[in-house]
Amino acid sequence: MKAIHHIGLIIFLIGLTIFTGSIFAGSFDLQKEELNSFLESKGIANDFIIKELNEDVVSKGPMGIFEFSSSVRGALEKNNVHYDALIAKYDAAKDWDNKGKQYQYRINEKDFRAISFSLAKKSAIGFVVENKGLMWLLTFGLGILGSLMFIAPQLQLLGRKGIKNNGIYHSAATNRGWIAWLVLVYLVTFYIVLYFMADYVVNWTFIVDPISLFLSGNEASQWFVYGFLYCVLMSVMALRMYIKYRHNKYQVLRTTSVLFFQIVLAFLIPEIMTSLQMPAYDFKNAFPLDYDFFFSWNLDSLLDSGAIGLFILVWGIVLTVIIVPVMVYFFGKRWYCSWVCGCGGLAETLGDPYRQNSSKKLISWKLERWLIHSVLVFSLVMTIVTLYAYFTGANSLLGIPADWIKDAYSVLIGAWFAGVIGTGFYPIFGNRVWCRFGCPLAAYLGLVQRFKSRFRITTNGGQCISCGNCSTYCEQGIDVRAYAQKGENIVRASCVGCGICSAVCPRGVLKLENGPETGRINPTEVLLGNDVDLMDLLNKGK
Amino acid sequence: MEHIVIIGNGVAGVTVARHIRKNSDKRITIISGETDYFFSRTALMYVYMGHMKFEHTQPYESWFWKKNRIELKSAWVESVSGANKSIKFTDGQSISFDKLILATGSIPNKFGWPGQDLDGVQGMYHKQDLEKLEKNAPNNSVCKRAVIVGGGLIGIEMAEMLHSRHIPVTFLVRESSFWNGVLPAGESALVNEEILANGIDLRLEQNLEEIIDDGNGRCKAIKIKETGEIIECDVVGLTAGVSPNVSFLKNSDIELGRGVMVNRFLETSVKDVYAIGDCAEQRESIGRRRPIEAVWYTGRMMGESLAQTICGNATKYNPGHWFNSAKFMDVEYQTYGWVSGSRKPDFEDQFHWRHPVENICVTVAYHKDTDEFLGINTFGIRMRHEIFDRWLTENRKVDDVMTYLKDANFDPEFYSKHEDAIISHYNKERGKQIKPVKKSWKRIFA
Repeated sequence: MKAIHHIGLIIFLIGLTIFTGSIFAGSFDLQKEELNSFLESKGIANDFIIKELNEDVVSKGPMGIFEFSSSVRGALEKNNVHYDALIAKYDAAKDWDNKGKQYQYRINEKDFRAISFSLAKKSAIGFVVENKGLMWLLTFGLGILGSLMFIAPQLQLLGRKGIKNNGIYHSAATNRGWIAWLVLVYLVTFYIVLYFMADYVVNWTFIVDPISLFLSGNEASQWFVYGFLYCVLMSVMALRMYIKYRHNKYQVLRTTSVLFFQIVLAFLIPEIMTSLQMPAYDFKNAFPLDYDFFFSWNLDSLLDSGAIGLFILVWGIVLTVIIVPVMVYFFGKRWYCSWVCGCGGLAETLGDPYRQNSSKKLISWKLERWLIHSVLVFSLVMTIVTLYAYFTGANSLLGIPADWIKDAYSVLIGAWFAGVIGTGFYPIFGNRVWCRFGCPLAAYLGLVQRFKSRFRITTNGGQCISCGNCSTYCEQGIDVRAYAQKGENIVRASCVGCGICSAVCPRGVLKLENGPETGRINPTEVLLGNDVDLMDLLNKGK
Repeated sequence: MEHIVIIGNGVAGVTVARHIRKNSDKRITIISGETDYFFSRTALMYVYMGHMKFEHTQPYESWFWKKNRIELKSAWVESVSGANKSIKFTDGQSISFDKLILATGSIPNKFGWPGQDLDGVQGMYHKQDLEKLEKNAPNNSVCKRAVIVGGGLIGIEMAEMLHSRHIPVTFLVRESSFWNGVLPAGESALVNEEILANGIDLRLEQNLEEIIDDGNGRCKAIKIKETGEIIECDVVGLTAGVSPNVSFLKNSDIELGRGVMVNRFLETSVKDVYAIGDCAEQRESIGRRRPIEAVWYTGRMMGESLAQTICGNATKYNPGHWFNSAKFMDVEYQTYGWVSGSRKPDFEDQFHWRHPVENICVTVAYHKDTDEFLGINTFGIRMRHEIFDRWLTENRKVDDVMTYLKDANFDPEFYSKHEDAIISHYNKERGKQIKPVKKSWKRIFA
């Protein structure tokens, strides 16, 4: 069993290495016809850019992806320099007509990578493109096989069913050691490349092209790679959860639930919708986590899509305004954050081995409250400005330009916070960095949970021995023990109800439950089990 | 300003300090030689097992003490004079107090076994014991086998600790079944099975004869009294119970029995000197409780009570219904009220149910003549403390407890429920017709 476990790790690492190394494989040889058809489809028709791309890219012949990318971007840059100069020239000459005409030929810098990606996708040659199936086996195939071989033997290696956190603080992978830092660097790099340099990983998209074509009829984008990888990671790591918590039905059901919502609602249904010419939509992704729901392009697309578009529009609003808070009232925010949400799903599967690394310090809690509520306010301001601009046609509200605030939010929160930091920092700062410090939906749910909900973690009278397992394994960094040892129920806004505190408690002190609001918040001076009169005296007067 | 000095920074000492601070402005000093900060002793095992780091066993961040103006003094006490109101430290310094609270806890028992002071022989109580074990048994190549002597809670915890690092363990238990002085036979048998299922070499009714020296002052084996068998080992864990840690008070003016003798106000024989927690011995018995209770909860409760007295609200230590809990390897145990082991009083009858497959069982004790519910033990099922506390106060009949048993379940959501099976077994055994009633929030929060 140990041997299988170790061989599995080696196979996984080989798969990971091939996956990572495939970025550098093959070459990119853009043909004139390919370029022309692309430019035509984008409606780019100025002679200068055609000439530059032909000179710098087409005529250069096959190149590696990095050279290809920089050549394309260089040509686009030259184009802009050229027209900037013309603009400056006409400006100096006060030739407003001609000056105004030049702007259409400039290409938005934000689109450089996307153009480079599209051209690379058309022009790739070499092993990866020609052996998509084999490459899938060598990357995803080996990765999955290796992981399963690594994980499955734990059924025996971990010992009898029960809480087996043995050695977590002795391992460099889970105790912020060198392995954890290495994983952090890999994840952060992965997200930066995915969000900001997607053309570099165009080869990955070829590997999953057949799957994408099968599902939606389109070739894979970097987002399809991410979505597919996401589902694979969650599925494999769900097996780990099933083994580790096989004695705990709450954990087994919860894991199954997040897996279902990710694979079916977040991944399959949007792909199928695309294949049916509908707007792709993740029906469980609620605003403001789904921050671009009210962006003009999305509203236009929904309004142009007939009945289904209208349904999505209404559903999206009802989800946020009615379903989410009502469900939080009855079940706590856990129904969303640790049973349904995709971010939560990744955190609860891939991220579970890192849950103990969340900081429990009081100062972290303070930081958390400032940050998460700031993001909530930011998302709401951004949305109000966007909607105002959408309905009035104005460019800004109260001096805040709509495009600027949308872009700022997308990059700062959507990409950096949710992705690069939110997931990249798992190995060192715990698996809920985004959910705890950044997610505006979590902030909203948290306010409902704290002030108007039936959910609480009940503390079982006087049974707590202050051992600290609950606090240590709280992914949200709640100092659960601080409440349990006072005999107080836990009603914190940030609690996502993962149930691990209850699972790791050796004395049966904690129970997640939905009950009457009376008695939910119960500050105590003296715990149950002591003198009845003393308890009456000190607790009732509060 | 009155100066309250507390010796011992365990749960008793820290609880009394916290509550004095809540109710007064008195100067508070806590003395400990063991650690700088309060930690949860019961959690030391998890540090060795790698579930936590030592810092995680500390319930309060280090700024807490300054913020609450609780002075911490790191020192070992050599002697105490109640009359002079002063304490002398081993480093020669001294400190004076207006009121002194002794909360010094316990020390592991040693019964004069030959070789009990050899290297590699240790208890598992203090933080220093944890450090010793880390040195003596870092892994199974340094420690090829460990022998544990004494079948109580610390013994089984130590077995679990060593087992977590794949170190083979021989576990010597004096009794004919694990902890059967406390646990009813069926439960004790279940724990035996759990120990064996984990691959631990459990030896019932076997005692330690001697620990054998390897010639360099280190243990190399033990000899069993009954069989004469020699078992080679690198570590011997002495876990045959604990006694009050009061030897430093032997020459003081404070009256000692096995522990520091206290009345119901937790006052010792000397005015302004009090004792709480494991080191205190009650002069008059409280219900069916033993005069010395080395339990986390009683230490905390004494602290809660004494703080009232110190702050001018004279309060007897008057604990409510007995409760406790533990975990035996993977099986959780809870108890509410009194359920007797082998020393069962005449008036007590018991009902026992065990799950056909899982390590789950329940024992309910009731009065033979009156049918009054006396207590419940559960293994593998969590129960709601408040419910049983209330039912015990109300002197409920055992039938009534059975009828509403579902109200008391505290297992996580979606767990299989066993009340129906338990009650049907109860009906069969006692010829009753009890129908279990559905759980009701109204009753739970009544």
